[in-house]
This record gives sequence, C-alpha cells and structure tokens, in this order.
Amino acid sequence: MNSVTRYDAIVVGGGVVGCLTARELTRLGARVLVLEAKSDVAAGTTAANSGIVHAGFDAETGTNKAKLNVRGSAMMPNLTRDLSVRYRQIGALVTAKGDEGLRGLEVLLERGRKNGVAGLSIVRGEKLRALEPNLSPELDCALLAETSGIVCPYGLAIAAMGNAMDNGAVLLRNTPVVSIETVEGGYLVNATYFAPAVIDAAGLAAHKVAALAGVTGLSQHPRRGEYLLLDRNCGSVVSHTVFTLPTKAGKGILVSPTADGNLLLGPTAEDLPEGADCAVTTAGQGKIVAAAKKMVPSVPLGGRITSFSGLRAVGESGDFEITKRGGFIALTGIESPGLSAAPAIAELIGETLGEAGLLPEKPMANFNPVRTVVRPKEMTDAERDALIRRDPAYGRIVCRCEEVSEGEIRDALRQNPPALTLDGIKRRTRAMMGRCQGGFCTPSLLSLVSRERKIDETEVKKNEGESYIAHERTKGGN
Amino acid sequence: MASIKNTLPETKVGLLVIGAGPAGLAAAVAAYDRGVRDILICERQDFAGGILPQCIHNGFGLKRFGEELTGPEYAGRYEKMAAERGIRIEYGATVTKLSDDRRVTVLSESGMKVYAADAVILAMGCRERPRGALPVVGTRPAGIYTAGCAQKMVNRMGLLPGREIVILGSGDIGLIMARRMTLEGAHVKAVCEVMDHPGGLRRNIVQCLDDFGIPLYLSTTVVEVEGEDRVTSVTLAEVDEFRRPIPGTERRVACDTLLLSVGLIPENELTRQAGIEIDPVTNGAAVRENRETSIPGVFACGNVLHVHDLVDFVSEEGEIAGNAAADYLAKQEKIETAPVARITAKNGVRYTVPELVGNGETKNVTVFFRVSDSFRDATLVAENGDGVILSRKVRRMVPGEMQRVDLPREKLVGEVTLSVAPQAN
Repeated sequence: MNSVTRYDAIVVGGGVVGCLTARELTRLGARVLVLEAKSDVAAGTTAANSGIVHAGFDAETGTNKAKLNVRGSAMMPNLTRDLSVRYRQIGALVTAKGDEGLRGLEVLLERGRKNGVAGLSIVRGEKLRALEPNLSPELDCALLAETSGIVCPYGLAIAAMGNAMDNGAVLLRNTPVVSIETVEGGYLVNATYFAPAVIDAAGLAAHKVAALAGVTGLSQHPRRGEYLLLDRNCGSVVSHTVFTLPTKAGKGILVSPTADGNLLLGPTAEDLPEGADCAVTTAGQGKIVAAAKKMVPSVPLGGRITSFSGLRAVGESGDFEITKRGGFIALTGIESPGLSAAPAIAELIGETLGEAGLLPEKPMANFNPVRTVVRPKEMTDAERDALIRRDPAYGRIVCRCEEVSEGEIRDALRQNPPALTLDGIKRRTRAMMGRCQGGFCTPSLLSLVSRERKIDETEVKKNEGESYIAHERTKGGN
Repeated sequence: MASIKNTLPETKVGLLVIGAGPAGLAAAVAAYDRGVRDILICERQDFAGGILPQCIHNGFGLKRFGEELTGPEYAGRYEKMAAERGIRIEYGATVTKLSDDRRVTVLSESGMKVYAADAVILAMGCRERPRGALPVVGTRPAGIYTAGCAQKMVNRMGLLPGREIVILGSGDIGLIMARRMTLEGAHVKAVCEVMDHPGGLRRNIVQCLDDFGIPLYLSTTVVEVEGEDRVTSVTLAEVDEFRRPIPGTERRVACDTLLLSVGLIPENELTRQAGIEIDPVTNGAAVRENRETSIPGVFACGNVLHVHDLVDFVSEEGEIAGNAAADYLAKQEKIETAPVARITAKNGVRYTVPELVGNGETKNVTVFFRVSDSFRDATLVAENGDGVILSRKVRRMVPGEMQRVDLPREKLVGEVTLSVAPQAN
C-alpha cells in the first residue's frame, strides 16, 4: 500500500477553471493539490478558444451561465491585474441587418439588462460605421457591449496556477486520475492522495472522472471549434470583438483582435463523438473564411499564420452543470462562456466548500495575490535597457518574430508552474507563435530546454507522449 | 512619422548595416573599399554568414570566386575580408526599430542603444514560409519542420529530426535537405511540388533527387497531416491547373516527418516600420538601380530585397548597395531627386529589381527579373512610352532561375515595361 498524502482539497484538471479554483481555495487557507493528466496546465480547452471575456447578455436569465458569466466578467479586471495577464476591455459588437436583425438585438439587449450587464446599447448607421469602419455595409445595426474584453486564456490559467503554487499549492502533471475511492471523511485519489474535498474540473473528461467517484449520469460530448489566426499586422482591422446574431450552436464565428494583438477568426461549432481530435478541416476553414468575409469583407486573409482547433465540453442541459455529492463537486458542460465565468466558478466553489465546512476556518493569512512576469517588450526603451544591464539574458533575443529573450525563456522554465515542453514555453512566452511559427527559434529552444532541465536535446518534447522534436543524434552527432 | 521617441542617448554612426549575412558583409566591404570608415554591422546571431554556416554542401562561389565552396567557406571568405578591414560587427544585436530618419534601435546583452546613422543598409535576409500559411488540414503534431530548421538541427546540432520523410516543396533548401537526410540514413519517401515544374535549380534536382532515386511528384501537394503526438502520415493529392486538390487522387504516405520548402519571405518588418515603399510582388523594398529605397540614404540588398537563387548574386547586390551608400555618404549636399523611370513587370515577367531608375552614370542599367512561367524560344521585350527599346530572343527561361538584362539608360524614362512574348519573332 502506498503512503497517503493528505490535502484539504484536490482539484482534478489544470484548465482555467481548475487553476483559478486552486488559487481561490489556496487563498481560503486550504492545502490544495492539482492533478493534471497532460504535461502542462492550460493544455486542453483552455489552450484553444476565442479568448473572449463575454459581457453576459447571451445566456438565458437565471442560468448558471448567465450568473457566473456576469460575475466572472466583473472580476476580470482586478484578477488579471494581480496576475499580470494580458486583458483589454475592447467591447463587443453583435452585428445584424434589417428589422429582423434589430429585433434579435433587442431581445439580447433586454436579456442582458435582466442578467445585470452594464454598458449595453444598440448602435446603428453612422455611429456603427464610426466604431468599425471595416464592417460590411450590409450590416446596419449592432448591440454594443462595452464590458466585453479579450484575455489570453492560457496566460490566465498558467498565472493562476503559478500564483497558487507560489502560495503553497501543489501541481502534479502527467498524472491522470485513474481511481477515486470514497473513504472515511473524504476521497482517496489514485490510491495515493486524500482530501475531504475533490473538485472535478477535468473539462472534456469531467463526466468520466465523476463516474470514478460514483457520480454517474453526467454526460458530455466534445464540440470542435476551428480557428484561423492572422499576423499581428492584421490585428487592427477591427477594434472590437465582432459577432453576428447567435444561433443554437453558439455565438457563431467572430472576428476579433486577440490580447496579443493578432486577429482571430472562428470558431466553427461541430458536435463530435467522444475521443475527437483537434484537427482542422477544409470545410471548417472554408466556413470561417466565408463568415468572416460577411462581417469584414476586407479581412486580410493573406496574413494567416496558423490554423488550430479546440474542443469544448457540451453538457446535456446546455447550462454549466455543477453537481455536488458530499465533498465531491463535478463541473460538466463548461463550454462558452466558461473562460469568462471561470473566476466566478472558482469563487462559487470556495463558498460551497466553506458552507459545507470543508475549508479551514480562516483564509490564508499571508496570501500574496500578485504574480509578476518580466515582459521586456512592454517596457520603455530606458526601462528595458536598465533591465538588460541587470540581467543580460533579457538582451539575447531567441524568438525574433515575437522578440522573446533568453531571459524570458529561462523564466518560463523556472517560474511556477515551470514549462516542461516547447508548447509550455510557447504559451508562457509567445516564442514560436509569430509569423515564422518557430522556424528560426525551435533549434535554440531545444538547446535552452535541454540546458535548463538537464535533459538531452533528443528528450525535449513538443507536448505529450512521443512528441519529440529530434528523433536521435546523427551519425557524427555527440 | 515613425520617428522614435526615446530617452536613451544616441550614438552617431556613418554607415549602419543590418545583418552580417552574405549581403551585409559584401555591402560593408564594398563601402569600406570606397572610402567609408565608420561602419557598424549589427548581427542578431552570434556569428556572421547568415544561413551559410548551416549550408555545408558545396556549390557556392562559382560565379564569385571561380571555385566551388561550401557555405561556411564562402561565409569565411567574406568574414575575413571584413576582418582585414577592421569593420566592426556587433553580434547578438537585434535591431528592434528603424525610423524614417535613420535612427536604429539595437537590443543586445549590453543593453539598448540608439544609433543615428547617416546611411543604413538593410540586409536582414528572409524567412521560410511556415505550415500555417498553407491550406494543409489535420492535426498539429511534432515532426513538421521548415527545411531550414531541419538543416540547422542536422548540420549545426547533430540532431536528426526523423527517419521517414516527406518533403513538400521543391525549393532549393528542400532539395538539399532531401539529399542531406538521405546521407544521414533517413528515408525520403517523396518530394511533392504543387507547381507543374520544380521550384529549385535544375542542378539540385539532378544532384539531390535523381542521383539518390528520390521521387519528385509534380502538381502534387500535401492536403492533410495525421498523428497525435508525432506525425504518423500525410495525405498527398494531385492538383489541377489552379492548384486545387483533385478529389480521388489522395493517397496516404506513412512518415514521421514533414519538411516544408514552400517559399521564402523577405524579412521586411523593419522596412515597413520605417514606412519604406514595398513592392507587393517581391515583398521587399522598391529600389532604384543603386538599391536605394524610397527613403534617401537607406539601401537594401540580398534576400531582404528579393529572394535570390545563388549567394554569388547576393554578394553582387551587396556590393551595389555598399558602393551606393559610400557615394551617398561622400556627397556633400544630399539632394533628393525623383526617379526618372519606373519599370513595370508585365506579361510573363513576375517582377523586376530595380523597380525604379535614378540618374546614375553607367551606360546600361542591369535589370534582374523572374518569369512567371516556363518559356522556350520566347522574346523578351522592353518598352517605354515611345516604343520597343529591346527585343531579344531567349532560348529558355524558368521561374526558378533569376534572369538579367542590360537596358540602355538613355531609353529609361517614364513608364518602362518588361514582358515576354511566348513565341520567338
């Protein structure tokens, strides 16, 4: 029998919800363990989504989605400031045309007001044109949601996890949950970790994790969303997140600047059976292009640098499903607006466990809510010069497209939660995310990871499993 | 407009060259030999020569030195010439900003510096087109590399990217890597080219593919990648005349690696930042015959201007720019003159360099150009507003090989066009 390590709470899954929950429970004084199946946090749904902080007018009034979205969106400015995460409240425009379109917008406006969303108004004609000069002339009215924003989703999850760890939380990666045993006073996970509370934030696998704990009857399926990402020099084609009127399948395809200044087109919405992969398809890419052109005819498709897709977990009810059985809380159906709602979901879980008497009596006395990251590119030249004089590694550029220095790569490999893979470095620093997509810097990054992690270059992975970058040494290589 | 607001002190420099690759080195050496002494080359890598140090195959320098050199040898010759002249090279120095008044912000491990340069030569080279720019669908596993990235791994790091290889694109780097991977024991299963003709030089088709029995599939592309962690297969398909995949021609090839040699893109982020006029076809600056850009005192040469076939031509262009920068610096009065002619590429000609003609003194202006199709026994025609100024029979022209023609300067006024008539007349 293994020796058992005890925690106050175990969070299953290191997506944005799991990471923010780990941080919140740590703040509330709990000793928290996060179990992540993959080689990094933020590697599933959180890694590939629109990065939009929705205002909250879309979901039906009274639903979890509506309540948690509006609350989460309100929490975002302070949260992202504390965690040094890129976030900008750029506003969103749901565009439409004609009388029918206008009626649709009025329904959204009314619902938004009921949901408690501030800063909503309908704009038309010249005013709309002034807000978005590149918008198709066909579209003559829009709902403006001033509180809508853009955030780096994986940046938020990584920062939340890092801050939780800085305050004492423990993260175990490459650790899929294979068993959850209900024992006296709590749960025994993988026959090794015990806690009175388990939060199942396993995203697409949440229903399976729940079943391990005996919570059956939950069901989810993946909905795939494909995206097209354009170069940073295309990011200013629109200044708001631009949608069209939502349909049953979701909020539809959007055109938006990203928190990092690129232009993002997507997502599609394709319901798939369990086990679906994150492939992109010809049909999907075609749909995105057609929809984006309808909204912004001049969208500069020549600036495409990559395409990708993500899977979101869709539950049976269509709402976020929060299922509590004793000290076990399962989160299923956390599709859009899951990112927007994530801070509020974390808060709700803290309250729920607190009310159930499963948390320490007092919050952590010396919890430090702040996590800082050195970002030379955001400094003035004089500040950057001073930084490099203190630490020359910030003056050695590794990724030329995104201007990422060796110092930042090193930080990503050391700062909580340290990157283990190239994708981990990418999500922390943006190295390899620029217009050359790693063509120049991949070899240098191999060497840096090898040096920092003290592993051979042939052992460096892109992400999971056998995703090695170098197959072997050449005949003469040493 | 793009002027840098700065709190950092400025350092004056005569000639600042951005990039110590073959273009930048040749430019600096030429400028020195024409009398310029205050020269600084900023190089972002820790070594000179640009991409050459990883090009360990031979075939460089036949035109320039009359002998076949390897990439490192070729780079070494120019490095030596620069060293003999005492030309300063700052390594690990990345230029982050270029203003329209020739202020250059340089980032290195010694900090940030701003140089106020009297003349600037742009020699930043080019980058490879990545997968994301292609309509290849499927998953995003490890095992997809640009050919140059794989070349660096093999030749400079001693790392083999994979064993079962498919190469998309028959550009020269792709062809060279087909041979290189084979020599390292990997199995190159296919080289696919979406065009109906090879992208690279004919000698590379023969020496890198034919000699090793590596199949080249023309009018064929990769439409899909499969594999979760690492590539497990790619799907090839034949394409029609519009490069659209033909349904029913798909076939899957098992492999662990996909190398991309699908084009080079001049790295003109700084050029654009400074507001310099760009030729939309070359994606490089529009220049006069002395390689001066739309900003006086700023010159461009090498692959940052347009992608060359041979490094020998890159060096030649570096010299043109270096000489012109020296002349510019030697002039007491900097009088801006409008170009006297604009050369436009028409039927069959894809682009020309230069695009503009200034008031130089040589009898002829050498115009480099690429054709958009393969031509046999065609006629190259140059015209100005008054009529034909040159009509020359050409036996063979292919898009993969840069052409050149000397045009009489006295005829180059106003709008000049260069085109190809398919049949010899």
